[in-house]
Amino acid sequence: MLCELSQNICAKCHRTTGNTQFAASRAKTGNCEYGRSGVDLCMKKRWLKWLRLTTLLAGAALLLSACGRADLSALNPQGAVAKEQLDLMKISISIMTLVVVVVFLIAIYVLFRFRRRPGNDGIPVQVEGNHKLEIVWTVIPLILLVILGVPTVQTVFAQAQDHSKDENAVIVKVTAHQYWWEFEYPEEGIVTAQELVVPVDSRIVIEAKTADVLHSFWIPALAGKIDTNPAGNVNRMFFDTPDKTGIFLGKCAELCGPSHALMDFKVKVVDDESYANWLAAMKAPAVLPEDPAIADAFQKKCLSCHAVGELGGPVYPNLTGIGDRETVAGILVNTDNPQYWNEGSVYENIYRWLEDPQKIKPGNAMPKVELTQEELEGISRYLADYKLNYESEELKNNDATSDKEERQ
Amino acid sequence: MAHGSHAVKRYTGIMDWLTTVDHKKIGILYLLAGGFFFLIGGLEAVLIRIQLWKPLNDFVSPDTFNQLITMHGTTMIFLAVMPVIFGLMNCIVPLQIGARDVAFPFLNALGFWTFFFGGVLLNVSWFLGGAPDAGWTSYVPLASTTFSDGPGVDYYVLGLQISGIGTLLGGINFLVTIINMRAPGMSFMRMPMFTWASFVTSMLILLAFPALTVGLVALMFDRIFEGNFFDPSAGGNIMLWEHIFWIFGHPEVYILILPAFGIISEVVTTFSRKRLFGYSSMVFATVLIGFLGFMVWAHHMFTSGLGPVANALFSIATMLIAVPTGIKVFNWLFTLWGGSIKFTAPMLFAIGFIPTFVMGGVTGVMLAAAPADYQYHDSYFVVAHFHYTIVGGLVSGLFAGVHYWWPKIFGRKLNETLGKTTFWFFIIGFHMTFLIQHFLGLLGMPRRIFTYLDGLGFNEMNLISTIGAMLMGIGVICFVINVFVTSAKPKHATNDPWEDGRTLEWAIASPAPEYNFAQLPLIRGYDAYWKEKREGNKEMQPAEPLGPIHMPSPSILPFFMSVGLFISGFGFIFHQYVVAGIGLAITLGCMFLRSVIEDHGYHIEPEEIQAKGV
Repeated sequence: MLCELSQNICAKCHRTTGNTQFAASRAKTGNCEYGRSGVDLCMKKRWLKWLRLTTLLAGAALLLSACGRADLSALNPQGAVAKEQLDLMKISISIMTLVVVVVFLIAIYVLFRFRRRPGNDGIPVQVEGNHKLEIVWTVIPLILLVILGVPTVQTVFAQAQDHSKDENAVIVKVTAHQYWWEFEYPEEGIVTAQELVVPVDSRIVIEAKTADVLHSFWIPALAGKIDTNPAGNVNRMFFDTPDKTGIFLGKCAELCGPSHALMDFKVKVVDDESYANWLAAMKAPAVLPEDPAIADAFQKKCLSCHAVGELGGPVYPNLTGIGDRETVAGILVNTDNPQYWNEGSVYENIYRWLEDPQKIKPGNAMPKVELTQEELEGISRYLADYKLNYESEELKNNDATSDKEERQ
Repeated sequence: MAHGSHAVKRYTGIMDWLTTVDHKKIGILYLLAGGFFFLIGGLEAVLIRIQLWKPLNDFVSPDTFNQLITMHGTTMIFLAVMPVIFGLMNCIVPLQIGARDVAFPFLNALGFWTFFFGGVLLNVSWFLGGAPDAGWTSYVPLASTTFSDGPGVDYYVLGLQISGIGTLLGGINFLVTIINMRAPGMSFMRMPMFTWASFVTSMLILLAFPALTVGLVALMFDRIFEGNFFDPSAGGNIMLWEHIFWIFGHPEVYILILPAFGIISEVVTTFSRKRLFGYSSMVFATVLIGFLGFMVWAHHMFTSGLGPVANALFSIATMLIAVPTGIKVFNWLFTLWGGSIKFTAPMLFAIGFIPTFVMGGVTGVMLAAAPADYQYHDSYFVVAHFHYTIVGGLVSGLFAGVHYWWPKIFGRKLNETLGKTTFWFFIIGFHMTFLIQHFLGLLGMPRRIFTYLDGLGFNEMNLISTIGAMLMGIGVICFVINVFVTSAKPKHATNDPWEDGRTLEWAIASPAPEYNFAQLPLIRGYDAYWKEKREGNKEMQPAEPLGPIHMPSPSILPFFMSVGLFISGFGFIFHQYVVAGIGLAITLGCMFLRSVIEDHGYHIEPEEIQAKGV
């Protein structure tokens, strides 16, 4: 029997049905008017009430969650993985807020109520303890921990799943270097650096390792971090891209040397059309500088370490399409929007970098290359103009609006 | 006199301090040295905060910044708070259990001097070749010679090994002292909480520090003798270092915090005039925290790729620690409940400790949820969390303890007004510095970065944090002034200067005479001295007749043994193996002398004791 007739109240959920036909319907079906699903609905409503209460608590504690840049903040997640992680934070912070509030209330009460007043020099009762109380504050924390522990374990396993066999997953091999990031797309046979270009609304499977010291791969708005270990000890993780395009900030989170603070990268989420264009453009043959003198200098002095297209060496950052990137060396921001104290046009930034790489990123592997003034300017101009022009019209429009928003 | 046959030279002045084996003087040496290193570590912290007060600041270079963060962490943990803890343990534990000294006075002196010279060796690095710069965790490969070829990390490896000897000796010494040297009637379940905490901490030291030593020796072999422990290209493994470091590193944080728990228990009971609520559950919780502390090290490595099973297990194990910690917090609150609370300077620090530590504790549970930790890890959230526990918790606790026991140690009460000023600057500055850092981390600021771009939303919070750090600095300066002002005052603290002392140390003179108890006291219950006072007795009842007291002889050997290690450390750092050999020869020579020279100590005769007025 699911319903109690007398007060028109559902026995399972104690919710008044307010239905006078109740008796009749019960007589026929032996069930409440809502039937089985009705009870489920009631249960759900009650559960929602609790949920609302907890969210209220969480909301109070997370007032600041609206803060932070949408492209950088873990409190403003843009992908499913980061959202799950934030959900776990919300559960834990709700429970913990409760604990802190209880402790603070007791502490404040005690400090006011039991302070020694002038003239009151008596000796208080010497209490040894209280078993009931002690059991209460042992058992309640245990229950709270179960409430937190269950979703924790679930999320641990959910986020450790291997999605590399998924049909639509984009597999990216991430190799960290002092102080730059290499992104290899093994399925496509292309390699790029500093900017991870990925399609919207898809699952990105990361296989991370390092070429030198420990680093940690972190895109706060999309997913938590994973360390990059040396020597074939590959770490795997995945994250989901949002269904709209955008550019997200990535950081190195493990101390890796003097320029650890400067080891930023970008994740560029583009629409499918742009992504296909980008893949094609990355595979296209390289274009060398038109001026033969500059081309010669570039090949001799740059391509010994770097690569463009099919030319050059694989050891240091791949420069194909560097003119399209959001930053030079991850830290010189290519924008005319003066908000970072560290920006300039692509040309200015490449020029600045080539002038003295050690000044921009102390301790990085690139020495100051001997270039004549013409070579310096020519190579900077060439690289700044080395664009892949892969952006679809839609993406270009989006970029323009977001730039405008940024400026406001 | 039969006992007078061993003529022993009793030194005065500086020689007295270099040769002393008296636990109270060694305690003072620990407090002074720890306090000195605390000021150095604090200065490093202030420099770090100045560098970060605005975006793209160039106050220090990136290299210097990495040296500053490494030395700040290493100095604060190993050379500042640990020695101050040992200082308080030395000064107080023998008095609390009714002992005349620690079990091994000579080793006690040796422990101090090895710690001291290890610390000096580490800090000399600033002037000779550059300080270590791979973080206080010194993760390989960054700390290997391939990526850190200067002597910096060598200073870290050798300095910590030498000072680690001191810590291990101290731990063993206190274990033996507490097990063997309790006065008649002082059963384990009558021991004061501070002694209990010292006991469990010593146990943790005994089990955890050897792990660190093994790691440091292996890293030393890698760096100096081209070993391959942590070199992946030669079959070594970098995860090995992470595990070894944290198998030591996590118990270490409980080594630090348990004595603070002990101090808070003493201060809270004294100034609320109440017996500790739930004493036996407090003891149980302390032991349980110590035990669980060994089960959770991998929560420092959630992002290192351990896999879901390990991450889940270590998440749950870590969360469990909240239970015994919660028991402690509520026991303190219910000790205050119904009490008669007096707000002295030490009590303010203790009351500040409780909510502050709870905040650090709850963020600890939040960090225990592994998937959320993927976001928190190595961000400013973690920086905020561990400063809440170690600074808001431990350092507040140490301030409470130092203010509380100052009269017992030095015979003078610290100035209360200055003490309260210290508290308010310190606690307000502290929350200003670190509360905001939780949000910095969540908004995407990684830890250990020497600078950040403008426009990322970090500016205001970093500025607030820096201002807070300055306020904490002012608080510490107030304390230093207090120390100097107080030391100019006459020594006239009574036996029981707070008037509500409960434990044995308050039954004897302030400062205690060199033999502590003319007659060993008879312990008739928990809160031994309180019990006697409540029964109308002015002092403890003696458990033995007045007689000659056997005392250990002072010795310069611990000092020279440590000097030898210091010299050999330099030899190893600069690959001058002759120098290293000479240093080791000095140490071994001193050990030889210690073994062959017969020394039975000396006796203090009853006449002398009575002349001092017992």
